[in-house]
Amino acid sequence: MLINWYRFSSPVSFYPLASIGAQVFGIFAALLAGAGLFVALYVAPTDATQGDAYRIIYVHVPAAWMAMFIYLVMAGWSAAALGFNARLSAMMAQALAPTGAIMAALALWTGAFWGRPTWGTYWAWDARMTSTLILLFLYLGVLALRNAIEDPRRADRACALLTLVGAVNVPIIYFSVQWWNTLHQGSSISFTVAPKMAATMVAGILIMTAAAWCYTIAVALARVQAIIVERERGATWLESLIDLRQRGIGRSPA
Amino acid sequence: MNDTDTPALRSAPIDARVDEDETDDAMSSVLGAFAWGLARDVRIAMRSKADLGVQLLFYVLVVSLFPLSTSPSRDVLAMLGPGVLWTAALLASLLSLPRLFAGDFVDGTLEQIALSPRPLPALVLGKTAAHWLTTGLPVAVMAPLLGAQYALDGRSLSMLAIALLLGTPILSLLGAIGAALTLGARGGGGLLALLVLPLYAPVLIFGAGAVDAVGAGMSASANVALLGAGLIIAVVALPFAAASAVRIALD
Amino acid sequence: MSEFLAMGGYAWYVWMSYGAVALALIVETVVVRARRKRALKELRMMTPSTPVGRMRGAR
Repeated sequence: MLINWYRFSSPVSFYPLASIGAQVFGIFAALLAGAGLFVALYVAPTDATQGDAYRIIYVHVPAAWMAMFIYLVMAGWSAAALGFNARLSAMMAQALAPTGAIMAALALWTGAFWGRPTWGTYWAWDARMTSTLILLFLYLGVLALRNAIEDPRRADRACALLTLVGAVNVPIIYFSVQWWNTLHQGSSISFTVAPKMAATMVAGILIMTAAAWCYTIAVALARVQAIIVERERGATWLESLIDLRQRGIGRSPA
Repeated sequence: MNDTDTPALRSAPIDARVDEDETDDAMSSVLGAFAWGLARDVRIAMRSKADLGVQLLFYVLVVSLFPLSTSPSRDVLAMLGPGVLWTAALLASLLSLPRLFAGDFVDGTLEQIALSPRPLPALVLGKTAAHWLTTGLPVAVMAPLLGAQYALDGRSLSMLAIALLLGTPILSLLGAIGAALTLGARGGGGLLALLVLPLYAPVLIFGAGAVDAVGAGMSASANVALLGAGLIIAVVALPFAAASAVRIALD
Repeated sequence: MSEFLAMGGYAWYVWMSYGAVALALIVETVVVRARRKRALKELRMMTPSTPVGRMRGAR
């Protein structure tokens, strides 16, 4: 398909694509979640050691993975925003941040509720959970900085730089937390998955992760639609406004 | 170097030696910019020595108050000591970070500095070095004295000093990025702390860990090596990030 | 059914987890959709006299 993708690099021309994308990925997310939940809560066999409590893994692992992935994708968009001075790239990063923070928070929450019945405590300072906690702080920092800077373009660049600095630091933070953890816990109590996993269990995790991906893309595209309209309608170019209206955007409740 | 209080515009002469060798000029420009930033900021800081004293006093207070919240038993304190001494150092660094750029930002000097032909990362490194000299270094010197309150033995105290000497410059360098990003933003010190503390975590882990290791009779060479390597990388790379943040704030 | 809900005795942990996930994602979706709707409404109010486009069908 010979589509001129550059056509979509302006926020306003990207809007219809975002609209379609949000709907399509939303539908996929719902379908995959349905299938995933079916496997997670019904099909997959009960674990021998952890009982039904292990089923939390089907939401915990996808949330934790998404928290990481979303940050990496945000970093990618941030690099593009700074490198090409591209508004849309910055808007995509802006759209992803809240979802990433929510995923990190859910990873921590579900991890706590998984830890209590299996390892006896809601919070054990293991490497992965502690790193996820710091990742949540990184997300909150980007969100707070966006909120604290009035000018949207300046906020774009500042948040992009902060995201990139954070991205470089994430491996360092992970490594140092891992180090600290092994020193203080000896043979690790790690919140890793039981070594032998039935094929259905793996399938369940993969389906739920795919659902989480589709959900994230759908929500981010929906959020970027709102961001595009909010930011472009205040633009000094009247063309953007007329452009938006002429495409039929805003004619009826979306 | 001018000894007057003139703002940057008047005391940052453009190097008139335009016909010299380019690389020579670049190097002298980098060192010149570094030295200029360092000297100026130290001079400005020295004008309000009381502020510096207050900062150090903050550190002493936090460290001294902490045992009141737990038991004064030597075992408990010896265990908590490295962590408390290090965490208080982090907080002390945070406390003085806003002043790194804010003063110059508000009166327009920062813009003049950024517009000057001197390389901004070198200038920023100079300012950061001044911040360390007036904040991190005093803390690193003070900490072993306070460590005696925590029943830490001599070897632990020397490791504490070494670790802080290596770690506090990294804190200043990381903090400079946060200070530049939050220029002119709402939220003040709280926002700065939120941005910078997660980045401080590795320094805290390896720094306090070094003292813990020595206290337990083990070697802290790995920690020290990591801190040293971190310092080198930070000195070389972070000023560029901070300079970008300054430019973003000035746009 | 009650066996399903009981989750082998771990009901609290499993449902607090799945429930939090469902709640968070539903709230996020609702909030984002409301934000988009609000943004479009304000856009419409800002440009009441702009000519209507021919591009995207009749709606």
